[in-house]
Amino acid sequence: MSYVELKDIRVSYDNKADILKDLNLSIEKGELVSLLGPSGCGKTTTLRVIAGLIEPNDGEFVVDNKNLTKVPVHKREFGMVFQSYALFPHLTIKENVAFGLKLRKEKKQTIEKKVNDILAITGLEELSNRYPKQLSGGQRQRVALARALVIEPKLLLLDEPLSNLDAKLRLQMRIEIKRIQSQLGITSVFVTHDQEECFSISDKVAVMNKGVIEQFDTPEEIYKNPKTEFVARFIGFENFFKLAPTEDWKYKAVDGTVFESTRQWGPAKRTGTIRPDDIEISEGTEPNANNAVSGKVKVRTFLGKSYQYEVETPIGTLLANKADDVIYQVGDIVTLSIPAHKLIIV
Amino acid sequence: MRKNVGLKVFTGLVFAFLLVPLLIIIVTSFGTNSTIQFPIKGFTLDWYGKVFSNEAFMDSFFLSLKVAFIATLLALIIGVPAAYSLARHKVFGRNWIKSFFLSPTIVPGLVVGYAMYQFIVIKFQFPIIQGLLLGHFLICLPYVIRVVGSTIEQLDFSIEEVSWTLGCTKLQTFIKVVLPNITSGIFASFMLAFINSFNNIPVSQFLSGPGVTMLPTSLMNYIEYNYDPSVSALSVVLMLGTIVLMFIIEKTLGLASIS
Repeated sequence: MSYVELKDIRVSYDNKADILKDLNLSIEKGELVSLLGPSGCGKTTTLRVIAGLIEPNDGEFVVDNKNLTKVPVHKREFGMVFQSYALFPHLTIKENVAFGLKLRKEKKQTIEKKVNDILAITGLEELSNRYPKQLSGGQRQRVALARALVIEPKLLLLDEPLSNLDAKLRLQMRIEIKRIQSQLGITSVFVTHDQEECFSISDKVAVMNKGVIEQFDTPEEIYKNPKTEFVARFIGFENFFKLAPTEDWKYKAVDGTVFESTRQWGPAKRTGTIRPDDIEISEGTEPNANNAVSGKVKVRTFLGKSYQYEVETPIGTLLANKADDVIYQVGDIVTLSIPAHKLIIV
Repeated sequence: MRKNVGLKVFTGLVFAFLLVPLLIIIVTSFGTNSTIQFPIKGFTLDWYGKVFSNEAFMDSFFLSLKVAFIATLLALIIGVPAAYSLARHKVFGRNWIKSFFLSPTIVPGLVVGYAMYQFIVIKFQFPIIQGLLLGHFLICLPYVIRVVGSTIEQLDFSIEEVSWTLGCTKLQTFIKVVLPNITSGIFASFMLAFINSFNNIPVSQFLSGPGVTMLPTSLMNYIEYNYDPSVSALSVVLMLGTIVLMFIIEKTLGLASIS
């Protein structure tokens, strides 16, 4: 049994369509798990169910072998960081951080020590007597994190904590969060819609769509082997084409081109996919070659380090990226090769 | 910035229109004439002495003060939780209730006063003081609910959620997190409600009875038979009171936080 278990969680508002459909998720102790998905996929709802801010209609929520499904939010002892930081405007930074400890009626010296320790870890010592509105976005973010961490929560919940920061600060803060999280070994759930942010910070990622977890794996596994078309699209696979399996573990596209793969895929998988970066382009046509289709360049887009070509082929329009050593013109006939070891079938 | 002379003149005229009558009242309160006249002939402070020695004025002044204060306090005790509930919970017919609480500021005061007279005095036969308190409480309540309600709506709901996750119950959160952050709204609504109750004529008129007279009523009664500058003197005293109140608010909260 894992440290955190969500079992068959179902949530619906006003008995309309389900926001979460029989969701299952297991998190091991000390892991940082991300919930990744587009807006409206149910990732924030899942986090709020964990926090206790939403009571699920069905299902069970267990932490450390204790069933917490019916336990109210203020008794769960989880730390939560909100997108808006939600600092108490009427309290200083120090008072904000000490808020949770004072409720626990701990000794004054203990509170003082714990608050100072966490302020040191988060680099906020010099700001401790200021008020939230005197702080920058990044500093507020750190206060919110310190306030959630100081109560030594069983779980740390982060709801898109970086989305209000500018790009540079976001990069810096996500390294910071990962550092503090692993330093304290605290089990964490991180909600985000940013793929790069999520891959860099997480031990495991749950990609969500329409209230369902489509795939739950390590970032590497999701990046390299998406299991469904939705996951593939979400993480940057842009080429999709129909394939029909043949008897000798090969596939046939609509125009009869044979595709081979170095791996075996389940019998229900009928769509080939590949990243634009993984397609190789060459000039002219190559009739009857396996794993290759020819077509005419429709659009060329400059991407900086490479060009992207939109090529119309008999199996559909495909996108391919190529460095600028050879540049093709719109109207050129090119062949796109799809390497067998890069072809994913979903 | 470009200086616009026309606008300056216009602004000056508007201010003059608003302030000159007040200045005249202040000046006449120091006049030696036996009726209110402007300009004044000599200077005296007698009228102030007369105001403070006039028992009817003093009694009704303190009564109005007391009624306004207690009614406003009651309105805060009932109105703040009500405003919170309307702002945070899915109350059935929420918008309807909100408009309803605006209605006493739209319905003519005479109608409100008469309606209260029908119920509080005729139907339920409340004792006079309790009746006045109830009536003024009802005048104050809409101001509290509207002003405090809009302050609560501006408050980020997630600070309450964060407080729950840190271990506060909903009641503790209301006391430790919500209340300290809506003090400006509470002060503002207190001011508005207090001034409205203090100035209210129709409700006071309908609900008062033998031996119980509110300040506006006793002032009007006095003017009917005496047109002497003690009325001006009383007005100046009330103005001073308001100025002191405003000064305190400006020093503690800043007037900008109220409007």
